[in-house]
Amino acid sequence: MLPAREPDETTGAGETRKPGETSQKRAVSPMSGLLNPVVLRITLRATLGRKRALVFTLIPLVLLLITVALKVVAKSPVWPAEFLGVFGFSVVLPLTALIIGTSVLGAEIDDGSIIHLLATPVSRLSVVISKFAAAAALTILFGAIPEYLAAGIAKGFSDKLSIGLLTGALVAAVAYNALFVMFSVLTTRAIAVGLIYLLVWEGLLGNLIGGVRVLSIGQYSVSVANAIAKTSALNAHLTSSTAIIMAIVVTLVTLGIAARRLSRFALKGEAV
Amino acid sequence: MSAIELSNVSRWYGNVVAVNDISMTIGPGITGLLGPNGAGKTTLLNLMAGFLAPSRGELTVGGRPSWRNPAVFTMLGLVPERDSVYAFLTGFDFVRSSAKLHRLPDPDAAARRAIGIMDMADAQDRRIATYSKGMRQRIKVAAALVHDPQVLLLDEPFNGMDPRQRLQMMDLLEEMARQGRTILFSSHILEEVERMSGTIQVIVGGRLAASGDFRAIRRLMTSRPHVFLVRTSADRALGAALIGRPAVTGVELTPRGLQVRTSDFGAFSREVAGLCRDGDIRLREVLPSDESLESVFAYLVTS
Repeated sequence: MLPAREPDETTGAGETRKPGETSQKRAVSPMSGLLNPVVLRITLRATLGRKRALVFTLIPLVLLLITVALKVVAKSPVWPAEFLGVFGFSVVLPLTALIIGTSVLGAEIDDGSIIHLLATPVSRLSVVISKFAAAAALTILFGAIPEYLAAGIAKGFSDKLSIGLLTGALVAAVAYNALFVMFSVLTTRAIAVGLIYLLVWEGLLGNLIGGVRVLSIGQYSVSVANAIAKTSALNAHLTSSTAIIMAIVVTLVTLGIAARRLSRFALKGEAV
Repeated sequence: MSAIELSNVSRWYGNVVAVNDISMTIGPGITGLLGPNGAGKTTLLNLMAGFLAPSRGELTVGGRPSWRNPAVFTMLGLVPERDSVYAFLTGFDFVRSSAKLHRLPDPDAAARRAIGIMDMADAQDRRIATYSKGMRQRIKVAAALVHDPQVLLLDEPFNGMDPRQRLQMMDLLEEMARQGRTILFSSHILEEVERMSGTIQVIVGGRLAASGDFRAIRRLMTSRPHVFLVRTSADRALGAALIGRPAVTGVELTPRGLQVRTSDFGAFSREVAGLCRDGDIRLREVLPSDESLESVFAYLVTS
């Protein structure tokens, strides 16, 4: 995904399609040009301008404050891995991604301003990819980087725990946002669905049933972090190759579903 | 070639039929889509813009189906009814973002042109959040015509406009229609569009109830039976005088006053004052009592 411009007014597969033919092929148009700079810029401004921005700027501050406090008072040598691994990876990162990922597209679908983007020849896949990119970038800024800063304060910035947590946090920022962007296209209650996913699927079932961990973004991110940091305090259960491959698969599949659903985006008339 | 073609298009939601078996062809020029609220006008416009799949029937814009085909927006512009704008952008940024999304070679020039057409240059550097309803409407139109589309769809474009802005907007739409574009707008207020030339399609209850040119509809509107409630110092005397006039088709004495039916709105309003003066009757009040939209549309549909 590079911010390259499409040559002229190419519109995904739309231009070459004959009347009556369905647009299944749009999903395989080349990745270059899928990131639309206008959509990206408007989305960043809109997301930072909403009241929710207050929440996702406060969460990393809380993380950093607690880290500083723990550094002063904590006795146990493994507190950085325990606190940043557990609180950071099961609260800070997923919540930040949930708030941002459900807002980039969901809020515009709710208030109707998405029409401004959809009533143009820009392909729906490109809209989804650009929205996702904005969400992932903001989650890295307000989730992954604060996590790295906290780890740096705790253990030093070149410590393998810090590098591991940063890498795992990047995986979380990407995969969670793909999932939450999909939720926001599929349902108007994306935040509720996302919370249920985090609490019930990852939190409850993930601890009880081993197989669920293979489909848990939280596990992908701590497992990648653990591959570098190598500490049992992170509670990682997957091999790094499983975690990376599954994170990529989940990201691509959820974004594909979101684009497919958005291409069937319908507006209802006043009669209903 | 006609710009928009519908053949036997229906759209339903569960058991509710929003659009019922409509066939129409909309070519270059200006067309009004008229009907009371809830008649299915917005559903029809959404179908045309590809924001809704027909449940049954065929719908094409420029010869191609618009459902699941964003490429249709290279020749189509849509002005939705909802205030769906990015209020944090300035008017200019908003229109320019449209130009960029359309991948126009010179987005700044295209934005300036569209803003100029809509007479919004003075306000273009203010944030849309500070705009009045009429200004938001105009900036939305500017964004929709930034790529100079062959077909422009407008959902209730005159909503929230004052009479001067409305006239200006009508002149603009008629000018674009004269240049060979296809302009389709919806409205639920017949009086809004009285001045317009062109054709109309009347939608009632999801069905195409009538279509024709504006002049014919206007004639029907002025010659339709009107009912007035008239209160005077001598209802019975005025009633006797009124029933002798050809424009009056019925008079009824009610406790609230005289209920007068007329087939000629203009003649009645001219004559009633003269009759009162001649009979030395004090005219206290003349109230139209049958002006609901539904009754006007119902009349148009049955005649």
